[in-house]
Amino acid sequence: MSLERFINQAISSWMSTEGPDSDIVLSSRIRLARNLKQYRFPTLFEKDEAEAVINQVKKRLEQPGEIEDKHLELLLMDELQPLQKRVLMEKHLISPHLAENSTHGACLLSESEEISIMINEEDHIRIQCLYPGFQLLEALQMANTIDNWLEEEIDYAFNEKVGFLTSCPTNVGTGIRASVMMHLPGLVLTQQINRIIPAINQLGLVVRGIYGEGSEALGNIFQVSNQMTLGKSEEDIAEDLKSVVSQLISQERSAREALAKTSNIQLEDRVFRSYGTLLNCRIIETKEAARCLSDVRLGIDMGYIENVSENILNELMILTQPGFLQQYAGGPLRPQERDIRRATLIRERLQMESK
Amino acid sequence: MVCQECNQRPATLHFTKIVNGEKAEFQLCEKCAAEKGEMFMFNNGQNYSIHNLLAGLLNVQPAYQGNSQNAFQNEKVIQCPNCSMTYKQFIKVGRFGCAECYETFSEQLPPIFRRLHSGNETHNGKIPARIGGSIHLRKNIEDLKQKMKEFIANEEFEEAALTRDEIRKLEKELNSAHEEGE
Repeated sequence: MSLERFINQAISSWMSTEGPDSDIVLSSRIRLARNLKQYRFPTLFEKDEAEAVINQVKKRLEQPGEIEDKHLELLLMDELQPLQKRVLMEKHLISPHLAENSTHGACLLSESEEISIMINEEDHIRIQCLYPGFQLLEALQMANTIDNWLEEEIDYAFNEKVGFLTSCPTNVGTGIRASVMMHLPGLVLTQQINRIIPAINQLGLVVRGIYGEGSEALGNIFQVSNQMTLGKSEEDIAEDLKSVVSQLISQERSAREALAKTSNIQLEDRVFRSYGTLLNCRIIETKEAARCLSDVRLGIDMGYIENVSENILNELMILTQPGFLQQYAGGPLRPQERDIRRATLIRERLQMESK
Repeated sequence: MVCQECNQRPATLHFTKIVNGEKAEFQLCEKCAAEKGEMFMFNNGQNYSIHNLLAGLLNVQPAYQGNSQNAFQNEKVIQCPNCSMTYKQFIKVGRFGCAECYETFSEQLPPIFRRLHSGNETHNGKIPARIGGSIHLRKNIEDLKQKMKEFIANEEFEEAALTRDEIRKLEKELNSAHEEGE
């Protein structure tokens, strides 16, 4: 398969750079956790209950009504190859838990992959909407539409006092997790990030590296999300996150301005060295690739590099992960082979730009 | 002393963790401690992963029950009739077994919710349209009552009267919905 075709198939709508503030905010996500009243939660339910949950969702899917144009397709984890699951995971469309440990896990995926409804993950249903750029409220609206559509036929576990009942007490109430993925090289280079993260934590929000809990920030990409789900409305939770993210955006912009003023040539040097590495490397590890991609993207945003499209970071951060590399290669690869493949893929992708 | 995780860097953090009465001692370097999510008490919640320590957080039994022998003797087992999860199991795994657990453990849960959700224990968000039909009405009525009180306090009696009429209308609706339901 040609690289161009492979990339076109691999790209989800959320990886594009069409959204607002997409120079800093890569994507916005809303997740709603829901459970069905009549079955035990996935932590201890039996296979027949898991099947019953899938069947209920399947039945609902026969009447798509207002969400017909989304073309939702049901994927059963039991029927997918490990590599296919891995690729979905690397695209953030399913969770590692659903891919590896769920009983009769499944996923409803929309055609452009902005909607992914996980079934039998930690909760019976997890509605996830992933939008490019800074579009939290738009994602919330879409998640609500799907939630209402499901609720027309499915009996949710809900209680007047504590709201939607979830498997884990950290999600009870609204069941909402709103999160935003941000590229913050300016705040990292000026070392402001170390002061900012604890401040954000005090506001009840969590900042993490790109791949979820406990991981370091690969490629200066951070995920900011709400922690508390009970006591505030969904809109307030999304608005609170939105206002903090807006502040982060303006701080990142001023950090970049300050960098351009005080160390223009050093920054330009750094950007072009990284660009050179990507253009010429023959072996490259994930970490180095992520660092160079971040530098190049910063160089594009700040006008040092022209004729390279902005979505290079979003695209290549996803495409150079082990699952994708192996899918492109058409079979399993050892770590060393992956590093070689990764280098080739990056070089070829950058050559596509100069054509 | 060398860090017990990586066996390379010197251990700079020594601490004792007690979860559910089980004591464990750690000698770690800062890097490994941060990776293990054990750093939360040192730097203000940074790197603090709630899932790692959820079980510890959930354990909010009051201190006066601390005498373990007594507590053991007096303890009655709270068990969910639907999925047979006990309260003790719930504390241990940090996950509910089914929707009914919320009813079964309703007396124990509020302090846990307050801890996890910045002091909140009551839902204030979306109410599902179909199964929450009458809840909507009741919440509306409560909101209007609050509004009416404010109007009266501000001596805006005309507005208050209008709000009162609206409340009566909704209460009628609520009653008829109840009758239909029975």
